[in-house]
Parts: sequence; C-alpha cells; structure tokens
Amino acid sequence: MHKIALGGNPNSGKTSVFNALTGSHQHVGNWPGVTVERKEGELKIDSERFTLIDLPGTYSLSANSLDEKIARDFIIDKKPELTVIVIDQTNIERNFYLVLEIIEMGRPVLLVLNMDDEAKKMGINVDIDGLSKYLNVHVCKTVANRRVGIDALKEQILLAVQGQNKPKVLKFSEKTEKIIQEIEPFFKDHDQDLRRWFAIKALEKDDFLQELVGEKAYEQLNQKIELIEKSIANETDILLAEERYAVIHGIAKEFIKRVLTEEDRERFSTKIDHVVTHRIWGIPIFAGIMWLMFQLAFYVGGYFVEVVDYWFSLFANYLASVMGDSLFSAFITDAVIGGLGAFTVFLPQLFVLFLFISFLGDIGYMSRAAFVMDKFMHALGLHGKSFIPMILGFGCTVPGVMAARTLESKKDRVITILVTPLMSCGARLPVYALLGSIFFAGHEGSITFLLYMIGVVLAIIMARVFKSTFFKKEETLFIMELPPYRWPSARETFGQAFRNSWLFLKKAGTIIFAAVIIIWFLSVFPAGIDAPPQDNYIGDIGRTLEPVFKPLGFEGWEAGVALTFGILAKEIVVGTFGTLFTGQDFGELAEFAESGLKGNLMQGLQTVFPNGIAAFSFLLFVLIYTPCAAALATIKQEIGWKWMWFTAIYLFVLAYSVSLLFYNIGILFI
Amino acid sequence: MYVSEMKVGTSGKVTAIKATSMIKKRLLAMGLTPGTEFKIAKVAPMGDPIELKVRGYRLSLRKSEASCLEADTVGND
Repeated sequence: MHKIALGGNPNSGKTSVFNALTGSHQHVGNWPGVTVERKEGELKIDSERFTLIDLPGTYSLSANSLDEKIARDFIIDKKPELTVIVIDQTNIERNFYLVLEIIEMGRPVLLVLNMDDEAKKMGINVDIDGLSKYLNVHVCKTVANRRVGIDALKEQILLAVQGQNKPKVLKFSEKTEKIIQEIEPFFKDHDQDLRRWFAIKALEKDDFLQELVGEKAYEQLNQKIELIEKSIANETDILLAEERYAVIHGIAKEFIKRVLTEEDRERFSTKIDHVVTHRIWGIPIFAGIMWLMFQLAFYVGGYFVEVVDYWFSLFANYLASVMGDSLFSAFITDAVIGGLGAFTVFLPQLFVLFLFISFLGDIGYMSRAAFVMDKFMHALGLHGKSFIPMILGFGCTVPGVMAARTLESKKDRVITILVTPLMSCGARLPVYALLGSIFFAGHEGSITFLLYMIGVVLAIIMARVFKSTFFKKEETLFIMELPPYRWPSARETFGQAFRNSWLFLKKAGTIIFAAVIIIWFLSVFPAGIDAPPQDNYIGDIGRTLEPVFKPLGFEGWEAGVALTFGILAKEIVVGTFGTLFTGQDFGELAEFAESGLKGNLMQGLQTVFPNGIAAFSFLLFVLIYTPCAAALATIKQEIGWKWMWFTAIYLFVLAYSVSLLFYNIGILFI
Repeated sequence: MYVSEMKVGTSGKVTAIKATSMIKKRLLAMGLTPGTEFKIAKVAPMGDPIELKVRGYRLSLRKSEASCLEADTVGND
C-alpha cells in the first residue's frame, strides 16, 4: 500500500480531487489528539493500491495555525511517497506559494492544475511539459468537479510514485542563497536532505527549531539572524516571502501564457458582489437566503418527514400484527423500529439543510456571508463563519454543529458548537406551543418569541464567557480569499450533502438508537408494558427528580419524566405529558381537543405547574437544558467526548440556574 | 498610511508590515509583500472587514489586520 498525501489551498477544488480519486472509499476521523477532520481514502491504479490522506486546506505551511502544522508535520514526519498538490489555475500565483513551500521540503510532488475549464475561458494556458521539466515534478490538468482529467492524473500518480523524483531545488537570489548557506551549518547534525529546509524555517523564525537544536544553539541562531537582518535592513521572514513570490513570478513568465485579460470572469463576480455584499443590501440579502433555506427545509423536508413517519408506523403496525402482543414484539416495534424512526425522521430535513449549505459553499457565498456578518460576530468573541452554524441551530442543532466545521480555528469551532444548542431548535416549538396555549392563551406568539430571544442572549453571554475562560489568548484571523463565484457541479453538491447525511446516520445513529432503547427499557420494566409508567423505573426516575425540580416550581413527578424523555428529542416532552395525563401521545393540543381529552391534559398540566410562573420556568428549562441525543452524538463526533459531556452538563446547570432564579423572583410578584 | 485608513476605490503599494508573527506570516503568504500593489475594493456592511484586490484575487481582512500594513497611495478611481 502506497501512502500519498493531498494538499492545496482552500477553494482550490482539493475536495473534488479527493472525491474523484477515492469515490466512496473514504474514512472520516480526526487527526490524533486534535479536532481537525482527517479524511483518508483508498484507490487502486493498475494493480497498485494507494492510501490518500487529505491534508487540511491551507494557504501556506508556516505552521502558524493547527491546520498548517498538521499538514507540515505529516509531510516531514510520515514521509508520504508523494504529495499531490491541487492548484486553482485561475489564481496560480498565490496557489504556488504553498507549492514552493512543499517543494522546499524536498519530497516528491505532483501538481494538479485544477479548474482547467475556467482557466481556458480566461485565456490562461500553462505549459505543463515545460513546467514539469523545469521543476522535475509531474504535472497534469483537471476539471475535478466534472471528473475531467482524472484518469491522466491517476497515471501520473503511478509514474510519480515509481519514479520518486525529487523536485528541483529552486534557488533564490544570490544574496538570499548566501544567507541560507550561513544558516545551514546550525543543522549539520541533522538529516542532510532537510538542512536547507531547516535553514529556511530558521529564517522564517519558526519556533519548532528550538526543540530540534536545543536552547543554546537556538539562541546563537537567533543572534546570527539578528545580525543578518541588520546587514540587509529587512526582516528575514519578509525577505523569504518576497523571494518566493519572485520565483513564482519567474515561473509564471516562463510557463504561463495569458491571451485575454482576466476582466471577464472578474466582471461577473464583481457584479454579483456589488449586490451581495452591498453596504445596505448585504444583510437583508443574507437574511433572505437564510429564510429561504428554512422554508425549503421545513416544507420540502417536512413533507418527507411525514412520508418517513408514515412508512415507519405502517411497518411497526404490520410487525405488531404479525408478532402478536408480547414483550418481545413491543420491544421490536416500539424500541427498535421507534429507535430507527427517531433518527431517520430527521434525515429529510437535515438533507435539505446540508444540500443548501453545500450549495452555498460551492458557489462561493459562504465566505461572503462570513464577510457580511463578521463585525457583529467578532464583537461577540466569535468569527463571521460562526453565524451560519448558529442560524442553522434554529432549525436543528445537528446540522448547526456539523456546519461549524468550516471554522478553521479550534477556539471558534468549539465555542460555536457549545452555544449552538441555545439557538431554540424546531423540536422545542411544540412544547412552547402547548404550554403557551394553556398558560398564556392569546400570548403564545410573544411567549415563543421571548424564549427565542432569551436563547440568543444566553448564547451571546456564554460565548463571551467561554472565550474569556477557555481560550483567553487565542487569536483568530479573517485573512482569507473571497473566491470567485462558480456554478457548482450537481455531483459535488449532492455528494457532499449525501456524505454529511450518511455521517450523521452512521455516527449519531448508534447513539440515538442506544438512547431510545435504554429509555424504552426504563419505561416498561420492572412492572411490564401494560402497567402505568409510574410503576416502572422511569417513574422512579421521575420521583427521584421531583425534589430536584421542586425549587423550579414543578410539582409532581411527571415533569422529571417528560424532561428525561425529552433528551431523546425535545418534542417528546409534549407526547410524554399526553401519555401521562390522557393515555394518548398526540403531538399537538388540537388533537387532544378533537379527541375530547384536552380537559384531562389541562388539568394534569395545571397540577404540575400551579401557575404561569412555574410554566414559564419549565419553558425556560426546556429551552436551555441538555440537548437531545442526536445533538449530543453530533457534538461527540465533531469535537469529542469531553466537550460532549461538558455541553450536556453546562446546559443542564445553566437551565437549572436560570429557571431557579426566574421562578423564585417571579413568585414574589404573584 | 495604514491600509485600514484607505478609502474604497484607492490603490496602494505595501511599504511595511508591522504585525505579530501569526498575522505577518499569513499576510505574507497571501501575497501582501512589500512593493505589492493592491486596491481597496469594498467595505463590509457593518464597516469591517474590508476587501482588497491583490495579485488578481479578492482578499478579505479585518481592519485590525489591515492596520498592520503600511502603504503608499498610488491611485484613485
């Protein structure tokens, strides 16, 4: 098995190349010890088998960010047989900066000049034979998102791996070469192949060298660099960047021919940007796009939710009729089928949200959305890119948490994920509607709006708190490319949505499924399936929790049971009250009214919540407390167990504190 | 003057970078080396970040980051 790495700038089409090469043979995980996504895929070329490791997309390898460090350490330490670098041909100059840095490492490299269709339209023509000979690396052209040039790329990979050619050492100006020669002796005890690279890194003031050479030598090294800087009246790290761009300029002059100007495509993107990031229209347009996304998710997705729900209950009923009335059949129909249903029912809406998000990303809008919102989000201690995940949270926490992946810094990702559950999701709405209509008839709308706003305010407060406690010193950047607008390929956009949905099913599914089964056991044992719930373990839980929740104003054990079930999915809180008070688990008040059970339900709820203050205290608790199993499972998948438990616990404590405070103050006024 | 102070539509040439290592390295990698010409293309609706055109592509950066760059004005449209 040959090990090869895949690198490239953000927006270079690296993901398309990865997908084109590996198809469905992909594994997604994390880089060891960190929460950066690590994708690995397999491919076969002729009879040779390859593992392709997708390095994080970066602009450079100066190892300032975690992503850059991961990519660089992988190439240096794991020594892949080949590093494939994807280049956006329409922006070749800046993309080549990374290429030069990787070539400096002296390991075999293959250049993929991607987006050849756009380059042709812009009149850019790269002489790949000339470039290949000059750099002594393999070069090919692709349109990866339309799968053009992939076979040729595979051929080149095979040749490159067999040839193991080292790229040409690209010389800088004489002056700079002399400086490098002065620094190289500091690394005479180290790998000869890497000496030049170490010297370059030293001139870039990379502090990993301190460990490599020891403290004393490092100090001498720094003194030497200081002397050099004085003599050249420039900083060496700036000098190297200038030199690299000079080398790139030389390469471009020699091997790139431009026929037309770049005006055409530029004009197109400029025109769109004129509207989309307009000083006045930018924000309303962004709001409109978000509105459209939810409309689509809830109407299109909602339609399929009913279809899925229908088939699942049909299937469960069929099984029940075949298997008869036994504990085992109840286990299969309620727990197993119910458990499967509990997460597949999410899927259509999630899929629509994922689809919309990958579409927005592929056309290039996401970075504009971040651009438009950054000022506001930055003031809250977050990043412009945090806005989309948080907005998605209003629909469902799961896609919100997954969308936080686009944030490059760990700080921003973790904080965004920690506060996204506070954005009141769609599943909490039925709870507000039920209690609102009973306790605050005529004001349900205001009550619901108030709860949403409280969620947002708490998210803002908590983001600030987390920023100033866990991530005090971390600085994050907004220095990034706003890529040109591109028409996406349906294959890539749908493919991304499918992969995200599949990831959710696979990773979150097992946890949700387990949670459903555990709760089922708690509610039918030990007294049996026909006994009322209070005789089973779940009743014990409710009674145990009763004194816990009493200070919040909830009377009786039913609130604890409903909240426990609510961890499966927040809307189950409504169904649970229904079952406990009326024997029916309808989801809406109207259905209780139709079946004449509204009175029983109201009576039951009014016993548990003796007044509006207690009812609102409960609503606050539902808004804030521990997110549902699906959300927790997704948080675990994205940032690990530790943060998952932290989220579960901090939100419970926060919910308890807010409700306690509200109830005890509120009660003074009635 | 600092790039953060330049008006939309003006073009400039980078003269110096005064930044922490992290910002400096990223600015350099993005091609904002001394001597590079750029144009202030846009300001975000809330006044920050800004958008530059540099080396044929669009770059966004916060004003705080742009204030690490010193530049001379070379043109105006």
